[in-house]
Amino acid sequence: MNVLQSNFFELITIIFYCILIFVPLLVGVVLALYADRKIWAAVQKRRGPNVVGPFGLFQVPADGLKFIFKEIILPDSADKTVFLIAPIITLALSIAAWAVIPVQAGVVLANINVGILYIFAISSLGVYGILMAGWASNSKYPFFGALRSAAQMVSYEVSIGFVIVTVLMCVGSLNLSEIVLAQKNIWFFIPLFPMFIVFFISALAETNRPPFDLPEAESELVAGYQTEYSGMPFVLFLFGEYINILLMCAMTTILFLGGWLPPIDVYPLNAIPGFVWFILKVTLVFYMFAMVKAFVPRYRYDQLMRLGWKVFLPLSLLAVVFTSSILFFFKLAPGMS
Amino acid sequence: MKFLNFIKSFLLIDFIKAYLLAQKYFFKKKATINYPFEKGKLSPRFRGEHALRRYPSGEERCIGCKLCEAVCPAQAITIETEPRDDGTRRTTRYDIDMVKCIYCGLCEESCPVDAIVQGPNFEFTTETRKELYYTKDKLLENGDRWETVIAENLEADAKYR
Repeated sequence: MNVLQSNFFELITIIFYCILIFVPLLVGVVLALYADRKIWAAVQKRRGPNVVGPFGLFQVPADGLKFIFKEIILPDSADKTVFLIAPIITLALSIAAWAVIPVQAGVVLANINVGILYIFAISSLGVYGILMAGWASNSKYPFFGALRSAAQMVSYEVSIGFVIVTVLMCVGSLNLSEIVLAQKNIWFFIPLFPMFIVFFISALAETNRPPFDLPEAESELVAGYQTEYSGMPFVLFLFGEYINILLMCAMTTILFLGGWLPPIDVYPLNAIPGFVWFILKVTLVFYMFAMVKAFVPRYRYDQLMRLGWKVFLPLSLLAVVFTSSILFFFKLAPGMS
Repeated sequence: MKFLNFIKSFLLIDFIKAYLLAQKYFFKKKATINYPFEKGKLSPRFRGEHALRRYPSGEERCIGCKLCEAVCPAQAITIETEPRDDGTRRTTRYDIDMVKCIYCGLCEESCPVDAIVQGPNFEFTTETRKELYYTKDKLLENGDRWETVIAENLEADAKYR
């Protein structure tokens, strides 16, 4: 009885923590969608959403409500089970990855010591949601979109992997909190600047953001793998996608921009709680994500593959060799001095 | 040259330039206006919804010459005339099919007494097609409603005609 009670209590705490992550995440996604549209509009000298609520802030919730009350259309020839499971998988995986993201010193749901591997694994699984959607739709555009998406995500994961390896060599730990703490003296984007750029661009490709939004290129594939989706499943896809984008922003922050650490460790700056710094940095990275969407035209498919395999892969491999040799010869690697 | 291009693409120079340009445009004045709340400026020559004008005495200007009916390229105007009790010729029917109308302004151009004019109103959508078949009553009512604006516009544009 006692064991059962303590287990039950533990379960409640975990569910509470999950909600504590999930709710701010949803708010974040709503704000990200809004900011995305506003930034894009501003660059094109448009106003963006500004009618629903103050400054148009309620536009995204209104859109969400609209989608929820719309009919879910199941295509006749679709594989209905897989068709409906696909968006759920996409959303669930993108939320699951947030379990290991530390927003402040010690504030993390699961402080596992292979955090970065976990995120890498989860984001690799993300491609299944899209593949299933494309396959189950049983229609040509979703199918092409899914094929492209699979090829794209696999190619860019390789270079992301090598970039992460360079960072890990400087840290000596796979734990995300320790990666942040290792940047106490200098944020990694200064010594590893080329890797920071490679990671940022790969993150764009990994999340199917423009200029690498080939899987959902309107002018070629209607809406890619989302073509046959409507109503609630479509919202799940949309949310999954944006949670993934925020995850990639958070990853950039943690790996290169010093996570929750203030820019300089002096009084008024380090008095501000860590999660504020974290959110500020994520916002900055997301701003760059949105700006890139506004000023870079979409890549052609062969250009995308060339960039992934012929530029980023050798570049990141070289960086791994170079960084490791420097760390070895100058005895800078953790645990070597 | 090839080497230079390589350096250029390697250092992402084009992208940095594009970013700076985008950032510049980010802070520029918006080109769009909040349409239903603020409206763009219209030229006095703007050709919008039709109206039949009256003289200040209240007498209608139209003398039923049918020049507008003849000139209308879309044949949207239908006129029937009859002599009135005081011996002047007046229209008994003056219909404009606003669905056929192409808003070319030739009716306004051809009118010898400035009776039929195209006012500045362009927000006259209706819920049924029937409401877009304007009759004489509707056109005269438009004229009464928009008279001040129409008179101002005609005066502003007169020196260019």
